[in-house]
Amino acid sequence: MSIRTPLAHVRGLGTAKDGTHHWWVQRVTSIILVPLVLWFAFSMLRYSRVEHEVFQHWLSNPYRAGAMVALLATAFYHASLGMQVIYEDYVRPEGAKFIALLVTQFVLFLLGAISIVAVLKIALA
Amino acid sequence: MAQFKLPANSVIGKGKTYYAGAGAKNVKRFQIYRWDPDSGENPRMDTYEVDLAACGPMVLDALLKIKNEVDPTLTFRRSCREGVCGSCAMNIDGTNTLACTKAISDVSGEVKIYPLPHMSVVKDLVPDLTHFYAQYASIKPWLQAITPPPERERLQSEEDRAKLDGLYECILCACCSTSCPSYWWNGERYLGPSILLQAYRWIVDSRDEFTGERLDDLEDPFRLYRCHTIMNCTKTCPKSLNPAKAIAEIKKMMVERR
Repeated sequence: MSIRTPLAHVRGLGTAKDGTHHWWVQRVTSIILVPLVLWFAFSMLRYSRVEHEVFQHWLSNPYRAGAMVALLATAFYHASLGMQVIYEDYVRPEGAKFIALLVTQFVLFLLGAISIVAVLKIALA
Repeated sequence: MAQFKLPANSVIGKGKTYYAGAGAKNVKRFQIYRWDPDSGENPRMDTYEVDLAACGPMVLDALLKIKNEVDPTLTFRRSCREGVCGSCAMNIDGTNTLACTKAISDVSGEVKIYPLPHMSVVKDLVPDLTHFYAQYASIKPWLQAITPPPERERLQSEEDRAKLDGLYECILCACCSTSCPSYWWNGERYLGPSILLQAYRWIVDSRDEFTGERLDDLEDPFRLYRCHTIMNCTKTCPKSLNPAKAIAEIKKMMVERR
């Protein structure tokens, strides 16, 4: 029960003066991902049945390895931004939202780091 | 987490049926949500048979006929009966719209009428719009300027005035906001399509000198950025306005000023 006025309730703690960067970066990363994902999908279809050495040679090209790292970094960053929006939309209460966000972002960061190291290992082998 | 158990008074029961008289020529059935907070009972759907031969063409005409001739306890808001005041906004045939501009003939089969979705119900078809109106007040919906008023009115070019077309027509009926899933889940903090369209109406007003401050007040992950371009707002607007576009324009300005 609160006897605050409806306007006081709406004004709340004021604005976070934030959100534009998150929104903009989410759009930019999604656009970057379009060509990278298409390239990745076509490459995987083409090289899915080749010998390991052939694929290793293919990935050792710095442009391809670079594109692969860019794809992974962008994809995991984009996923992290997207998950944050979903949690903000649906997860209650605030404590659960905070923990879910922290855990998810850590896991995504870790997965991103592991996959990038894996690419570098194959490319530089 | 999302709530899986329905809150109190959510389960809707079957109500009474009021049959049209034997002389009725063209019978249409109206199923209407009824809830009386004083009864302590759950809501129910009452069915009213209306003889369209003796009724006006709009859903509001049928509601008035029911209230006048069949059941005076039926409660709903209405005023202008011509789509200008926004009072009779309700969910008709699955879509938020104005009862006064919705033709009965546009609905095939039974006409199902509920209050605007996801709002607290005061009684029957009357939703509690206190929070919605407070959100409107929060965007300061009036002209703000530092320059003292000239002797005559503040001037505006025809081109600048044209920028308000598609915005000034909003009647604050709340059809769009209450059709927005984002507003359902986060309406406490998200301003919703209707209020954001109104905010944009003052942001693009060439006579207003507080554009930056207005954008400052909206720059928030919840107040503005809960809009995920679901587009229900634009689809449902009974005045055929485009709140989603207004929100997109605000987002563009946010990026532009960085």
